Amino acid sequence: MKRLLSIEFQKIWKNKASRVLLLAYFVLLSFIALIASIKFSIGTFEIRIADQGIFNFPYIWHFNTYIASLFKIFLAIVIVSMMANEYTYGTLKQNLIDGLSKKEFILSKFLVVGTFAVASTLFVFVMSLILGYSFSSYNEMGIVFSDLEYLLAFFVKLTAFFSFCLFLGILVKRSAFALGFLFIWFIGENIFYWLVKFVILGGDDKHKNFGDTMIRYFPMESMSNLIKEPFTRLSAIKTIETTIGGAKVAKDYSVHFSEISIALLWAFIFILTSYYILKKRDL
Amino acid sequence: METILKITNLNKIFNKHLHAVKNVSFEIKKGNVYGILGPNGSGKSTTLGIVLNVVNKTSGDFEWFGGKSNTHNALKKVGAIIERPNFYPYMTAKENLELVCKIKGTSLSKVDEKLELVGLLERKNDKFRTYSLGMKQRLAIASALLNDPEILILDEPTNGLDPQGIRQIRDIIRIIASQGTTILLASHLLDEVEKVCSHVVVLRKGEMLYQGSVHDMIENNSFFELKSDDKEQLKLALQNHPSIEKIEEEEGKVLVYLKQDIAAKDLNSYLFEQKIVLEHLVKRKNSLEEQFLELTKN
Repeated sequence: MKRLLSIEFQKIWKNKASRVLLLAYFVLLSFIALIASIKFSIGTFEIRIADQGIFNFPYIWHFNTYIASLFKIFLAIVIVSMMANEYTYGTLKQNLIDGLSKKEFILSKFLVVGTFAVASTLFVFVMSLILGYSFSSYNEMGIVFSDLEYLLAFFVKLTAFFSFCLFLGILVKRSAFALGFLFIWFIGENIFYWLVKFVILGGDDKHKNFGDTMIRYFPMESMSNLIKEPFTRLSAIKTIETTIGGAKVAKDYSVHFSEISIALLWAFIFILTSYYILKKRDL
Repeated sequence: METILKITNLNKIFNKHLHAVKNVSFEIKKGNVYGILGPNGSGKSTTLGIVLNVVNKTSGDFEWFGGKSNTHNALKKVGAIIERPNFYPYMTAKENLELVCKIKGTSLSKVDEKLELVGLLERKNDKFRTYSLGMKQRLAIASALLNDPEILILDEPTNGLDPQGIRQIRDIIRIIASQGTTILLASHLLDEVEKVCSHVVVLRKGEMLYQGSVHDMIENNSFFELKSDDKEQLKLALQNHPSIEKIEEEEGKVLVYLKQDIAAKDLNSYLFEQKIVLEHLVKRKNSLEEQFLELTKN
């Protein structure tokens, strides 16, 4: 395993574009801290974001993992091009001739996916701890380390998403096309959802649940569904909402085990299919 | 002698209709230098691709080192380059070779030694993409040699090179062959194969036409070139000889192909008895090239 990781990280780290993207990713992640300094005014109120409780434990776990996952596209590009390059350079063939088995090849790529996910999770964990201790109103141990399932969801989300990218890289063999395909897939999933929900089922409330249930099982949606948007959970916004709308909207923000299983299942399917494609394909 | 690779009844059908390799069987023994000959599209690279684990076979079998280890472990004892040199263009020669060492699980200490062998030591810290084709090809050979392989497989190592490049590659192959490494060389450069190889396998359209030593392939087909004043009488006399298979005329000479070998002096005395005096008598062998063209003729 150490050998495979050392092989893969030599390939990635010596590539200037991948190196820049990796560094950019972690630099951008640390910029989340800068949100603390954002100030804006609504009418006569001056609002400083950091004072609105976004860095409060345990809410910060939810908020930071959500924001951090927006940057995952940087690593996605690294992963897709890492795979597509092996095809364009002909090095996939050479690696196999040199004595890497197809299983080892997929395993080594998956190790990269796993390492990226672990590194991101650790980074977000440490950063959130630091930010939290600087700004949070509650510092009791029990509160600090509650709601850590958001970190697990973050890890699973990244693993599944990167596995999907890896799969597309192997399937399509060209980085640009693979990324295009990723985008098309995303749009396709949504179009399908709207088609089923509003065209086929007519959009009436009786069938509303079926469309909504179905989309939870789609790969992209299952990944983005893991961590729900945290903004409407913020007390400041809730206050505004209740002031304007009068009624409080009940929404479930928590991480569900079923959602984690769906995303993990997709990751598993993607890796296995990648292996199957590689095995079947004549290089 | 130890068998390195044994191929039995290998078949490959691409996309359900293109039969690229048809029932090919041969054995590679330790210490010999083998040439695989065949026109473009005869299935050479496909056959090599199959034994190197990058092309899936349709049927048949192959076995490395007497079946003692599975293919991917066996490949760690094999050095191979296929068609064109494949390396990471953004890494230097040294980094590329170090990566191959990690894959093969050998120590990094061989890198400089092999770079020296192919004459690239001074350029080891240059990026692969700055290399000329000849240098890339030599780097590929260095890379294939990193694990001191038991067999070196080279698929068209001189393809696309200039005369100097071809010469350099040939010299390197000679050195390696002289060290006792088994070599399997696929090439169209027949004089190359004739000079370097001890054994040949000839393929055409996926079928194996010949397998054996280069010596036998050339030896089996000796023929006579004769010339005499009375050509018609000469032909007549030859037709009556029991060991002669066919007679052809070319540029005023009579070419005589044999069913079985006869010595030049016996043929001469036979014709003399028939009252024919020859003014030209040469016993010749086809070169490998002529023999190859003959074999692969449609």
